[in-house]
Amino acid sequence: MAFWIASSPHNHNHTKTPNLMRLVIYATLPGVLAQWYFFGWGNLIHIGIAMTTAIISEFTVLSLRKKPISHELFDGSAFLTALLIGICLPALAPWWVTVIGTMFAIVIVKQLYGGLGHNPFNPAMAGYVMLLVSFPLQMTLWQPPLTLVAVDLNFTNTLTTILTGFTVEGYSVEQVRTSIDGITMATPLDTLKTNTGLGLTVLESIKNPVFGENLALGWEWVNAGFLLGGIFLIARKAIAWQTPVSFLISLFICSFIGYSISPDSSASTMFHWLSGATMLGAFFILTDPVTGATSNKGRIIVGLLAGLLVYLIRTAGGYPDGVAFAVLLCNMSAPLIDQYTRPRTYGHIKGDK
Amino acid sequence: MVESVIERITRGRFWDFHGGIHPPEQKFLTKNKPIKQLALPKQLIIPLQQHIGREGDLLVSIGDHVLKGQALTLSTNPMVVPIHAPTSGVISAIKMSVIAHPSGLSQLCVFLDVDGEDTWRKREVCPDLAQLSNHEIIEKIADAGIAGMGGAGFPTHIKANSKADIKFLIINGAECEPYITSDDLLMMEQSNAIVDGIKILDRLLTPTVILIGIEDNKPKAIQALQQATKTIDKIKVCVVPTKYPTGGEKQLVQILTGQEVKSGRLPIHDGIVMQNIATCFAINEAVRHDTPLIRRVVTVTGQALKKPQNVWALLGTPVNFLLEQCDVENINNEKQPVIMGGPMMGFSVSSELVPIVKTSNCILVPSKTEMPSAFEKESKEVECIRCGQCSDVCPSQLLPQELQWSAKAKDYSQLEKLNLRDCIDCGACAYVCPSQIPLVHYYRIAKAEIRQQQQLDLKAEKAKIRFEARKLRLEKEKIARQEKHKKAAAARKAAMNKATPEAEGAKSAVAAALARVKAKKASKEQTSTADSPSNSSADNVDDQKSQVAAAIARAKAKKKLKEVSSDKPITNSETVNSVAEVEATSTQQTSPEDKKAKIAAAVARAKAKKLSKSTETTDKASANEEITEEISVQKTVNSDDKKAKIAAAIAKAKAKKLKNTASISDGEKQSDDAPIQNTVNADDKKAKVAAAIAKAKSKALSKANAKTAAEEKVEASENDNNGDVLPDGATDKKAKIAAAIAKAKAKKKLKETNAVEENNQDGV
Amino acid sequence: MNILLAILVLGSIAAIFGALLGFASVRFKVDADPIVDQLDALLPQTQCGQCGYPGCKPYAQAVSEGEAINKCAPGGEDTIKKIADLMGVEVQPLDDSHATGDTPKSNRPKVAFVIEEDCIGCTKCIQACPVDAIIGAAKQMHTIIIDECTGCDLCVAPCPVDCIEMRELPDTIHNWQWDLTSIPVKQLD
Repeated sequence: MAFWIASSPHNHNHTKTPNLMRLVIYATLPGVLAQWYFFGWGNLIHIGIAMTTAIISEFTVLSLRKKPISHELFDGSAFLTALLIGICLPALAPWWVTVIGTMFAIVIVKQLYGGLGHNPFNPAMAGYVMLLVSFPLQMTLWQPPLTLVAVDLNFTNTLTTILTGFTVEGYSVEQVRTSIDGITMATPLDTLKTNTGLGLTVLESIKNPVFGENLALGWEWVNAGFLLGGIFLIARKAIAWQTPVSFLISLFICSFIGYSISPDSSASTMFHWLSGATMLGAFFILTDPVTGATSNKGRIIVGLLAGLLVYLIRTAGGYPDGVAFAVLLCNMSAPLIDQYTRPRTYGHIKGDK
Repeated sequence: MVESVIERITRGRFWDFHGGIHPPEQKFLTKNKPIKQLALPKQLIIPLQQHIGREGDLLVSIGDHVLKGQALTLSTNPMVVPIHAPTSGVISAIKMSVIAHPSGLSQLCVFLDVDGEDTWRKREVCPDLAQLSNHEIIEKIADAGIAGMGGAGFPTHIKANSKADIKFLIINGAECEPYITSDDLLMMEQSNAIVDGIKILDRLLTPTVILIGIEDNKPKAIQALQQATKTIDKIKVCVVPTKYPTGGEKQLVQILTGQEVKSGRLPIHDGIVMQNIATCFAINEAVRHDTPLIRRVVTVTGQALKKPQNVWALLGTPVNFLLEQCDVENINNEKQPVIMGGPMMGFSVSSELVPIVKTSNCILVPSKTEMPSAFEKESKEVECIRCGQCSDVCPSQLLPQELQWSAKAKDYSQLEKLNLRDCIDCGACAYVCPSQIPLVHYYRIAKAEIRQQQQLDLKAEKAKIRFEARKLRLEKEKIARQEKHKKAAAARKAAMNKATPEAEGAKSAVAAALARVKAKKASKEQTSTADSPSNSSADNVDDQKSQVAAAIARAKAKKKLKEVSSDKPITNSETVNSVAEVEATSTQQTSPEDKKAKIAAAVARAKAKKLSKSTETTDKASANEEITEEISVQKTVNSDDKKAKIAAAIAKAKAKKLKNTASISDGEKQSDDAPIQNTVNADDKKAKVAAAIAKAKSKALSKANAKTAAEEKVEASENDNNGDVLPDGATDKKAKIAAAIAKAKAKKKLKETNAVEENNQDGV
Repeated sequence: MNILLAILVLGSIAAIFGALLGFASVRFKVDADPIVDQLDALLPQTQCGQCGYPGCKPYAQAVSEGEAINKCAPGGEDTIKKIADLMGVEVQPLDDSHATGDTPKSNRPKVAFVIEEDCIGCTKCIQACPVDAIIGAAKQMHTIIIDECTGCDLCVAPCPVDCIEMRELPDTIHNWQWDLTSIPVKQLD
């Protein structure tokens, strides 16, 4: 028998970072399933490509950095990044867009800054924004909901479209994206933006079939799926509730004010909540602990800021959706916010440092 | 304020502190078994220091037979708490041994071989406390060696002796650490004794209200205490929700009173005193039964034990004895941790001989299944992902993740800004960390380093002050010396120009100085043949009288050379007494007397000595005063006979001095005597010559077979009046000194020989 | 003409801004710690003189006047880095000629120790000690005040009988740095 030396505390609650990551990955399932149901195989294929790329690039960089590979390769963080990129990309975007985006996210945004825990920006969002800026054409290859697509987008067709730009039958991406009545489809947010730009009112715009019966065909269910997953994460205490709640409230308030002032040119609050990447951003991206604020007060501020930014970019900016940009801007401000929202330590009077 | 708190407490509503965790309690292992009395171990190892503070002075020595309860150390300082023999036996050793400290370092321990008799020393049971004054009670607490038994080990008598206006006395029975049930069991079994102890504290501190804080997972203890305090309105048993670390001092204060203890301050500043349950019990034992703190309840638990239970352990019981008593399983598990204290804040002991001390409340031997993290050799630490769970659970509301980064980066100023010092080491952050970062360990290292840095800074500051002070002092001494010489010279001149009776005294001083110079010459004549004695008398000061006196003195000195060894020893005091008068008369009368010459020589030597020693500087104008003083100085310094060394040292010192400060009177006079050198650029040359002479002396000294040469020469040059020396005792010492000098010479010879010879040639 | 105008305009702008800056530098002068004091605060205050100056302050003075920053052996790389930061110069490795033979192998602080049997009481070490950390009188045995000793080494050389040596301070529970790996794992049979 030997007396074993260790430092206290000797006990641990057995939580581990990989478990946490895994939990977050599981929580995206409802949203991903909804996406699959309404938009077909496109995103699932992109997720697969992204994950493969992520593993390979992570492995390469880790071996170059002489880090314990088995330890860090499977900590789940690279998978999560790849998953988020796959979810965000337009379903019919070419395969190399995913590969470039993922490689950029893993190699440059994450590993070059020091790996997990040291990256100042959310890798998935930084990768997405890079693609958006660099490949604007490919990044608008949104696919309308399956119900509106004339071509039968089964798995093989989607795969060949992504890989070659043409379906098995030889339809080009543009043809695929053209609806039954011959109009090229875009996302509801995109459509809204274009239409308001053309001077149409919101009410006129939402007659477009992409808006569906309620708010945004398919998108509303995808968002609902991510909301469900997010609530599950909050219940499991895997993420802090402050960020999503304050973000959603902020977005609600902003859109409500906008809608009240000019209902003609502003979309409803529910439209803002349930279209685009709102819920995904709220529960899965803004809550990324590495790049977010750490104090509770800081998290609330980050959420509020993100809500405001998303609204501003959606209504006044050049891009239809602003979650990715808002997230990056919040990442930048997070350290500063942390700096000014340090909690008062026990036994210290406020303001008396 | 106090009223509202009491009102709220009576309604059973408490405050809450930030964060906290709920680790598996595992108290069921031991909480339902009574406290077991153990057989006596064979040997006890009692560390001298078992508390915060310092160790006391040992009262016993090896081989002593001590009785149970007999004090082993003595407290001489309020921060010293005595220790006592836990049972009767013989002290077999007092040596360094591994103590109950995370470092596994050793400290002085008393090893007591138990005789098995368990004989008590005489005890004075005090049935009626009313007879004792408060002071006597505190005295008893101090003598019983009670230090806080909750973990920190702060001397209890200091806490109990506070003069401040105490509002709350809080008795900490929270025992929030998992596994530990020692206080729980003590409350169940000894509730009346505990309440008696609380009453004693009540009398000493006179608080407005007494709150006993207990977590709600100890229903039996709560019941027992409620029963025992039923009749006392002042004591309120407060049942607080179970949460770790409720038992932390600051946290319990916040839960019970809603106040926060200000950072860097003690609760006592806010009128709050907290004592542990076990301490209250020990106070009662000490005051009423005259039983010092020699045993305590220890929870020996963990699933690696077959019989986990609470035991009454004598202080000093080695851990392995306790484990044997509780049947260790898995004895062949390679790396079994043994934790002293709880799983959250305890430390792993490094040896089976680590003894139980006043602050050890638990020995935890977990099995691998129940606490796998305690068995892991390599840290499973991965990068922090800033999830913030640590700051959510931190009871001090710190930001552990930011602290961790700064600690790793050794950014101590940032750590200060983030209030690392308010961290209570509770371990809640490390417990929840999904990246398994040993956060507390990083903080401990950082804290230790900050503490050391502060000490180093203090030390550097002190060193700077001391260095500046030394520089200033040396500077002052130099100036004072120059000033003195200037003044002395001026006084001399003035005195000589005047013909007043006072001037006679001054003249005599001059005469003495001259005599001294002569005496020196005399010695010089012997060492260096180049020095011609005729030079000295050729050109001299115009004062005839003093010259004559000097000449006579010199003659006497010379004459005395041989006699001196057989000369009757004269005591120093005699010399001192006779100096002033005798000298005065001697120079005036110019009557050749042995004594006078001797005194003159003594004065001369004293001067030389004084100049070589730069420490004694006084600014006296009168030469006579100076002389007497110098002789007294000499008396103190020169109490022993080290002639040979003195000769060498003085010669060297002179050489050095003269090189540096050419204006020293010694130098002046020497060159006055030696007309060969009275050139224009006197100062430089004088110094050089003096140095050369000194060097020559020292060289001759070394060359002429150290022992004998030194003996003779010193006697010749300056031993004339060295009345207090003991010639017979000197010989062996001389031999030793000679050896030392020889050693020194060996070291320096190569370097020095050349220089000496060069100088010598120059000088001659 | 245009060129002339341009020169004139630019010149006057330069003059105005120059005057403004000059005014500001006088008006808003910041009385910072004199650089010597700041440098002195960075030095370890061992007063060892290994830099060739009689103490830390003189060396600080010298550095402020352009002396090399890499002469402080007791301060080591750390101090050099700090001085470099303060002076805005490149970090240099410790000057070999100023490094003593046994400098930083271990970080453990060292203090002088007098082997008392051998001491002859020559007071030479006392005179050498820059911080008066040695007590003793002529022909009396000397000893070091450990708390005051800066470990500067200066007393070792002057000792004629080589009875002073530098010893590491032992680890105690008061200066223990939580180095758990240093605790030997005890094996019981």
